Amino acid sequence: MTHEPRLVEVRRNVLKQNDVIARALRDQFHTAGTFVVSMVSSPGSGKTAFLEKILTLMKPKCRVAALVGDLATDNDAARLARSQAPVKQITTGTLCHLEAAMVQKALQGWKLEDLDFLFVENVGNLVCPSSYDLGEDLRLVLMSVTEGEDKPLKYPTIFNSADVAVITKMDLAKAVEFDEQAANRSIQSVRPGMAVFKVSVKSGDGVEEFLKFLNARRVESRPATV
Amino acid sequence: MHELSIAMSIVDAAQEEAEKRGVQVAAVHLRLGPLSGVVRDALLSSYELACYDTPLKGTQLIIEDVPILVYCPKCKAEREPTSMQFFYCRECGTPSADVRHGKELEIVALEVQE
Repeated sequence: MTHEPRLVEVRRNVLKQNDVIARALRDQFHTAGTFVVSMVSSPGSGKTAFLEKILTLMKPKCRVAALVGDLATDNDAARLARSQAPVKQITTGTLCHLEAAMVQKALQGWKLEDLDFLFVENVGNLVCPSSYDLGEDLRLVLMSVTEGEDKPLKYPTIFNSADVAVITKMDLAKAVEFDEQAANRSIQSVRPGMAVFKVSVKSGDGVEEFLKFLNARRVESRPATV
Repeated sequence: MHELSIAMSIVDAAQEEAEKRGVQVAAVHLRLGPLSGVVRDALLSSYELACYDTPLKGTQLIIEDVPILVYCPKCKAEREPTSMQFFYCRECGTPSADVRHGKELEIVALEVQE
């Protein structure tokens, strides 16, 4: 005798496990007064160079640290360590993105109360990281002038999920005939109202302006601890 | 490509829910939004692989596509954007980043056999 299949209602988020950890992390960051910024971009758009620059500039003024995700090497962590800020590498193996549990594990042994800012550099990838909440306050998406102005239109999900965009390598803009307005239009099209900063790590242009923005965001979200 | 690990999470979650209820799964019903970051076809082909050697082997994944809806401040209602590239209200053209639907990646039901 065969039975007709029956439907049982379930309602369960597939990434529940990640979301539960991300929520716990967010609470922890909030209580400790640590403002957390995650960084996503395609490989080679200058995440590590930008991070090294801002860590170096921020280090004398506030307490900063970084976690950096990479598939196989610890080259980025070694580079970032030059800023004198505490840096820890998360090697993901073959995994193309960071998950909240990896951030949680990497933070073991660190006292969050001693940190004003924590940066989490994701694996270079514009697809997979968009699904995973890491408990961050701000998701920063970077694109370089050499990547093409329509990058946001090609990867709308990650740009839509981000809170702020940074266009890097502006010192090359003229050489590659980068169309600033077109890039801006693409970004505003997939994420209306998103703040966009144009920076050059080489010349330092635009970096201070971005740091001012970060500080203001931290003051806004952590009024009691600033 | 992270669809295989997502598929494995679906299998684990479905199996856990089935065990809780003492039932055997015939199919998993999933709601999937375009902003979930998960590609439908890649997920479907990963599902079979993820089921291998589990009690869910031979079960089906049935995907319901959820459209993107943003809150349009002008219409004062949830509206579809023009496209995934243009987050402007389809009705009146007002831009909106206030995404209300489209990020779904959730199991909504299990088809079970008693």
